[in-house]
Amino acid sequence: MATVATCGGDAVGVGSAVATASKSNVTSFQRRGPRVSGTNDSGPRLVSITGTRPSVRNGQLLVSTGLPALDQLLGGGLAVGTVLLIEEDKYNIYSSLLFKYFLAEGIVNGHTLLVASANEDPANILQELPAPLLDNCKKEFDEDVYNHKTPESNIKMKIAWRYQLLPKMEQIRPVSSSRFGHYYDASKRIPQELIEASKWHGFFLPEKISPTLKVEPCSLTHGYIKLLQFIQNIIYEEGFDGSNPQKKQKNILRIGIQNLGSPLWGDDICCTENGDSGHNLTKFLYVLRGLLRTSLSACIITMPTHLIQNKAFIAHVTNLSDTVVGLESFIGSERETNPLYKDYHGLIHIRQIPRLNNLVCDESDVKDLGFKLKRKLFTIEWVQDNYLRQERNIYPPGFSYLLKQKDSAWGEGSLQHSTFLMSFLAKGMGFPFFQLKLLLKDGFVLIKKGMLRDDSLRCSHSAI
Amino acid sequence: MFPELNNLLNTTPDRAEQGKLTLLCDAKTDGSFLVHHFLSFYLKANCKVCFVALIQSFSHYNIVGQKLGVNLTMARERGQLVFLEGLKSAVDVFFQAQEKPHPLQFLREASAGNLKPLFEFVRVALKPVDSGAAGWTYPVLLVDDLSVLLSLGLGAVAVLDFIHYCRATLCWELKGNVVVLVHDSGDVEDEENDILLNGLSHQSHLILRAEGLATGFCRDVHGQLRILWRRPSQSTSQRDQSLTYQYKIQDRSVSFFAKGMSPAVL
Repeated sequence: MATVATCGGDAVGVGSAVATASKSNVTSFQRRGPRVSGTNDSGPRLVSITGTRPSVRNGQLLVSTGLPALDQLLGGGLAVGTVLLIEEDKYNIYSSLLFKYFLAEGIVNGHTLLVASANEDPANILQELPAPLLDNCKKEFDEDVYNHKTPESNIKMKIAWRYQLLPKMEQIRPVSSSRFGHYYDASKRIPQELIEASKWHGFFLPEKISPTLKVEPCSLTHGYIKLLQFIQNIIYEEGFDGSNPQKKQKNILRIGIQNLGSPLWGDDICCTENGDSGHNLTKFLYVLRGLLRTSLSACIITMPTHLIQNKAFIAHVTNLSDTVVGLESFIGSERETNPLYKDYHGLIHIRQIPRLNNLVCDESDVKDLGFKLKRKLFTIEWVQDNYLRQERNIYPPGFSYLLKQKDSAWGEGSLQHSTFLMSFLAKGMGFPFFQLKLLLKDGFVLIKKGMLRDDSLRCSHSAI
Repeated sequence: MFPELNNLLNTTPDRAEQGKLTLLCDAKTDGSFLVHHFLSFYLKANCKVCFVALIQSFSHYNIVGQKLGVNLTMARERGQLVFLEGLKSAVDVFFQAQEKPHPLQFLREASAGNLKPLFEFVRVALKPVDSGAAGWTYPVLLVDDLSVLLSLGLGAVAVLDFIHYCRATLCWELKGNVVVLVHDSGDVEDEENDILLNGLSHQSHLILRAEGLATGFCRDVHGQLRILWRRPSQSTSQRDQSLTYQYKIQDRSVSFFAKGMSPAVL
């Protein structure tokens, strides 16, 4: 459980950046347990907020992204106070789906939502959220059957009668609110009652700025300034940062910003090669992260990075974000017909995972991940399983092979690929031991000997 | 601080060199463990430290510092550590107009600004106290990291000017140290970053470069560290000494070993 100390008026004079005497802020970046309090005044222990859980590694408070498969890859979930940046796929199909999963997860958990978009009305976005798969669906069905039956035994009727007395809301509200991460049916819309029961704020850019407004030169694009002020306002008014004396909020604010950086936001980074001479987007991200760090909120941003020609800029944006996930869909690309990828809809690249309160982070060993979207399930799998099954035909066992670096399909994991290929072949021979010799540059030879553990294709490996 | 890294650098907190600029850079990996090392190193050496932390919050460094044996909160309370939390200050400076210049004033300016307010902040923070009651050994400036300043709109020249002023005041006048972290963009062509990195490389006395492995991700070897000792003021009659090690980051420490000698391979 994350300990959160109360903020007690942290606005210690705007000029004093030298925070020698400031009290501790409200931030979820505190380890569970009394260790972190130390000399700080430990505020009231935070009762567990719905839909959050502490990370097993460092006690950091986590929320679900709405995709249990992605939660696992990010080390348990998205840390509260951080930004999840999604690099959009080319036609913005799967990234908008991830965006909706994130918001739907917020509704199911009772979190407050803040949806910002420049091209779509937030109310419409909420209407299109996928329906959650809840445990009590079957129960509802059973209750209906009970009500229509003639009372056979008094006891049974009593149970049904009690359920009847409960307000209708209770039946629809998920019973499994203690669960972390839910599954959604992408083909159905979320029930209207859930949307109405939830608390949300919308920021639709064309409504907030009028086109005839004079634009005075200032450090940020007008749209970004308005959005930052809006977010800061909500955080303060509803007490997510603990500084409002009237409001003590014990809930998470989920912020979703769609298509950030697109021309509709008034930014030219996607249009020209040397756009963003005013560094609007990077300044926006910096101030946004500052707001998030001192409040109980988590933010998802989708950005059309495939439109940005300035690659150095993407590196800047990555450094200024916490978690970065890139989506690459196969639609319209040559990979669509590649038999290697026939089971998948695209690749998912985990580009960056933050190291929070720690020297290390939970990086997944597997770097080649593909995703596929079925109606009720969005799965992320290791692509190499498929590849290796086909390799068996190309490399019959019993021979020795010289693998050149460029033969492997994935540059970054090429050593990984070779090792696993060898282990697979060894397995095909029925022999659990294998030896791999790789000729590296400068005359170095890597000799890796291994033994297959259990029945999986994985084995440990290391590089020189 | 990591004892193994101290051995490699041949220093201890008691007899560290003064008046030096140390450049930390990382390429294709995360070099923040070096920042944590130097922060705890100089705090243990009883120096007055000014930490300009632009990329993470105070509690992040505090929690990691506790693993390394220093308590940042206490250091801040007794005046040994002056901490500028970039993220929090950015919110303050952005939403409210300031009466006096704020260290991060450039966030409010439309055109590329300069870092004079930030230098003033550092200078005031590390000014030697006349009473001499505190008894800190020498001042140290630590910046994490300079590439953020470039991405927020400052030019490489403005950042180089800032470092120049800091060096003149801290290294030469006050005989203190400066440690900065810069990201190396690698293949991506980032002209401003390259200018900054090259300019700083020529001025530094010690360069620590954390690189990802050329063969890609590995669970047992997280990267490679290149250490380069330089003598920028003197002519290069002696060749600069350079060493390369590989490392693995663990929960509370970092272990270093020669190339190919990872315990997982042997």
